[in-house]
Amino acid sequence: MSNSTTSRGGGTQTVSPPREGPRTASGPTGRAPRPEWRRRLTRLDVRLSPYLYISPFFLLFLVIGMFPLAYTAWVSVHDWSLIGGKGEFVGLDNFREVLDNPYFTKQLVNTISIFLISSVPQIVIAVVLAALLDNQLRGRTLWRMSILLPFVVSPVAVAIIFGSLYGDRYGLINELLGHVGIDPIGWHTNRFASHVAVATMVNWRWTGYNALIFLAAMQAVPRELYESAAIDGAGRVRQFISMTLPMIRPTMIFVVITSTIGGLQIFAEPRLFDETNARNGGSDRQFGTITMLIYDFGWQLRDLGRASATAWLLFVVICAFGIANFLLIRRIGSLGGDR
Amino acid sequence: MQTSRTRRFRLASSALLALTLATTAAACGGGDDDSSGSSADGVTTISVATFNEFGYEGLIDEWNESHDDIKLEQVKVGTWDDAKANLYTKLAAGSGLSDIEAIEGDAMPAILAEEGAFEDLTNDELDGRWLPWVEEKALNGDGQMIGYPTDIGPEGICYRSDLFKKAGLPTDREEVAELMGTWDDYFALGEDFVEKVPDTAWYDSSGGLAQAMLNQVANPFETDDNTVAVENDELQAVWADVTGNIEKGLSTKLPQWSDDWTASFQNDGFATMACPGWMLGVVEGNAEGVKGWDIANVFPGGGGNWGGSFLTVPSQGDNIEEAKEVAAWLTAPEQQVTAFADKGTFPSQVEALESDQVTAATNTFFNDAPTGEILAERAQAVTVQPYKGPKYSDILQAFQAAILRVDDGSQDAAESWDQFVTDVEALG
Repeated sequence: MSNSTTSRGGGTQTVSPPREGPRTASGPTGRAPRPEWRRRLTRLDVRLSPYLYISPFFLLFLVIGMFPLAYTAWVSVHDWSLIGGKGEFVGLDNFREVLDNPYFTKQLVNTISIFLISSVPQIVIAVVLAALLDNQLRGRTLWRMSILLPFVVSPVAVAIIFGSLYGDRYGLINELLGHVGIDPIGWHTNRFASHVAVATMVNWRWTGYNALIFLAAMQAVPRELYESAAIDGAGRVRQFISMTLPMIRPTMIFVVITSTIGGLQIFAEPRLFDETNARNGGSDRQFGTITMLIYDFGWQLRDLGRASATAWLLFVVICAFGIANFLLIRRIGSLGGDR
Repeated sequence: MQTSRTRRFRLASSALLALTLATTAAACGGGDDDSSGSSADGVTTISVATFNEFGYEGLIDEWNESHDDIKLEQVKVGTWDDAKANLYTKLAAGSGLSDIEAIEGDAMPAILAEEGAFEDLTNDELDGRWLPWVEEKALNGDGQMIGYPTDIGPEGICYRSDLFKKAGLPTDREEVAELMGTWDDYFALGEDFVEKVPDTAWYDSSGGLAQAMLNQVANPFETDDNTVAVENDELQAVWADVTGNIEKGLSTKLPQWSDDWTASFQNDGFATMACPGWMLGVVEGNAEGVKGWDIANVFPGGGGNWGGSFLTVPSQGDNIEEAKEVAAWLTAPEQQVTAFADKGTFPSQVEALESDQVTAATNTFFNDAPTGEILAERAQAVTVQPYKGPKYSDILQAFQAAILRVDDGSQDAAESWDQFVTDVEALG
């Protein structure tokens, strides 16, 4: 893959449309002066067209993104039954009920804990994997594609496999631990152990995906820089820390933000990992997450008002974490990037 | 080279594109697409959603071989809880349910309270088909019959005679029956058993035991006027027994229907379990290859009925008339007799109960036990029909979770009870 050295910043300016110059050279204007309205239309075209081109996304977003968001807010201030529909306006009662519910705090802590246990190692491993794959390997494409395989497997299948690995009594992992004399771990009952189990499933699925994104970013780093660094006597590790990491900072920000959003909304893995009949994340909600609480409120207790209120609280939490992570990564990147 | 013509084209096309996308997006929201139902060649497909083992596989093949205009298709999920989640989601969405939905008996009161969501299946021709007390459970406040009863769940005790032998207990089903007249006898026998066979628990799950005991309580969670009253003496007695046994090592401490629970059938995990008719098929499936299963004609503390299901026809379906016809056919005595032979689901149809095929039925897997005769006697022993209001199923779920918290050691019995009471209050 070859990439020009102007990967950042410079690219966009060259595309700006040629305005006055070429027009006089082309045919129609040679005969008569262009009417004023046409010139205005042209100017309008130049100014508005870009917005029109990107408008489909925003129009779609308005319909399938903003509308549900606003509608959820509307539902959250009403008594709203899953089947019966809208009831009375109750103001912020639903929010108060959710915040007073001990499960909310517990499941929020679970969500953040699972997110940290999954995202942090996931991103570290993904970066290291990407750095390894960035070498001259035999059968490069095969290796690169292979790490994406877990991503293609459905989370349901993953949950079934990991469910039997992490069985409390007859699971493979506990059996192996037994051979080396370690007491079986309560993967479904011990709060921390269950978070680790769920996090493994998440990491299994997402590490390869993120590694590929990092790999793409690493390949955009100009090779000449590495050559000059090598001439200056920088080793591979030094090159990685002082050059690669700062150069992939924008990608890093992107990956961190997306995995924050995804990690805080985790649902399928813990729900499928759960073996209790209620599927709320363990008998005492050891690994119940906020999205599972939303499901519990909305579909098991059939109260969409409380479910919507919880959804909005989650939205606020995600925004807070997203912004915090953005600031954090920007800072780390600029510290390492002093050149 | 850029001409004014291409520029104009660009402007027009982008405007057009934006407009098309916006309108198609809006159109997508409006239409309600027809997912299930008739296909082009005049064949109507009726989907039948079931859970656990209904024993309908053979029946559906039989129907499909003899009918060209209506074809049946079974949609099968593992447990009622999964079926319930799916049911409510799709009820709320207003589409997506199967043409026939099987409902677990304990959830019927909540289904009856959903006005207008299910078809009235009342049919004079079917008068007297079912046992009166079963039929009553399918009638809503207006006297409409919302579901056709499939089976009932008279309970016996399934046990492993090989493990009994190991513990020096009698193995003959009649002798075993004499040892389990009351719950206290049953628990005492269990303590004796686990002392001699320490690696094996006495029964399969605390949750299963609780279900069995709850079905002998007149008002477990709600009073007759649907007031939630969980802090009553009978329920607390059940709670004390179930959680007390956990310490004594009588329970596997596993959630019923979990992977570990399923695996415990193959690992000598436990020696006995409460066995409603429909459980026989479950045991046989999970314990495939295990020898020594038998069933005793006894149930501690008198008879008990656990579950039994109903077939309903959701009003949102497209093929209501055909669905009604199929539901009536599936729940006819002849068909339920076949289902009983296949999976042990004990019929709720009067005629089926008198049929030789049922009364003379034996079960090879359960050591050739006369299951027909045993279950019929167990059905007659049922004296209490617990009152189950619209919240029964939700409260039961919270109760099962509470037991599990004690099972897995995350809370002690007192803490877990308190949390159960809070959970019930949160049901609103």
